[in-house]
Amino acid sequence: MKNILKQLAMLMVLFGVVLNVQATPEEDRELFQRFNQERFPNVPSQEYSFDQAGRENWEAIEEFPPYEPFIDSGQEMWETPFANGKTYKDCFPEGPVIAQNYPRWDKQQGMVVTLALAINQCREANGERPLKYKKGDINDILSYIAFQSRGQKTQVEVPADDPGALAAYEAGKKFYFTRRGQLNFSCASCHLQNSSLNIRSEALSPALGHTTHWPTYRSKWGTVGTLHRRFTGCNKQVRAKPFKAQGEEYRNLEYYLTYMSNGLELNGPGARK
Amino acid sequence: MRKTSNYLIGISSLAVVMGSALLPTNAAAEESTTPFPEGQEIAFDRGKGNCLACHMIKDGLSPGNIAPPLIAMKSRFPDKSVLRDQIWDASVRNPETAMPLFGKHEIISEAEMDKLLEFIYSL
Repeated sequence: MKNILKQLAMLMVLFGVVLNVQATPEEDRELFQRFNQERFPNVPSQEYSFDQAGRENWEAIEEFPPYEPFIDSGQEMWETPFANGKTYKDCFPEGPVIAQNYPRWDKQQGMVVTLALAINQCREANGERPLKYKKGDINDILSYIAFQSRGQKTQVEVPADDPGALAAYEAGKKFYFTRRGQLNFSCASCHLQNSSLNIRSEALSPALGHTTHWPTYRSKWGTVGTLHRRFTGCNKQVRAKPFKAQGEEYRNLEYYLTYMSNGLELNGPGARK
Repeated sequence: MRKTSNYLIGISSLAVVMGSALLPTNAAAEESTTPFPEGQEIAFDRGKGNCLACHMIKDGLSPGNIAPPLIAMKSRFPDKSVLRDQIWDASVRNPETAMPLFGKHEIISEAEMDKLLEFIYSL
């Protein structure tokens, strides 16, 4: 009973944090991670899954992962020069181990830049057509970069020297806690408030770690898809009109959500139902 | 002779199993004796009440466990209109509710709400 009251109190604070503009991203993150750790005290901090059977299924899939062909295809994309002779490495000198650098606040552009957006900006700067953001080849190159970046720590920054960064973070946070759709759910309704409980026979996944494993092969899609594709799906599921993939709302949402998982290792690409 | 009868039992069991697989499946309901089948249909319809998403309900399969099981409803809601209000807009009693506002957001019609109420109240 005491534990439930304590969780409820933390949840109230988490929901209330939206109203308290004094809370810093670091304070938010600390509370968010503590909430999840106290809700699942028996899950080691870096592990996936509150459910032992789910964890074992995931480990089994990792032995013959369905995303493997996408990694191979992505590697070929990475290594093939553009028509002008340049490669992705010219845009990303530290590549392909770069997933941990995104999303990031770009002061010059005055916006959050995600890895997918950066890839397309690279392509367009080199005379190549941009890739679509939900389905198709973007998932190949993202899979390759994600796989090479495995083990890197999530390390999103909200730089103090540009108020635009904090504004984007706060917008993402507000989105996360705002109810939407005819069914009136916020992201927090399911993934914080009711995580690990069953909706019909599916367990609601906890929010901590939501951003570490993208792009993800989802059995439901029968293919690899992006985080923003999943955002649009979630919004449709609560009967809300989805926003544009890589539009401002979802980039800010990704910024907030990834920050909340700071410290967690990247382990993409992922395999999920 | 024993082997033949075993064989026959095996074959007929297989037939029963395969036959039942061909029955029309209301994936939500086992054999139900509710006096309010219309209300039950609304409750179990994934596009309408979809109550089994969160609530355990008699004769409903694979319920979620997000919300209290729907049992002893008359003792929990002595006033039926309070139950109707709760289904209509659960956020009035609990602003942090995870229950959709079935009336206020017009997820089901008022006529459907009336039928659903009879079924839920009978649980």
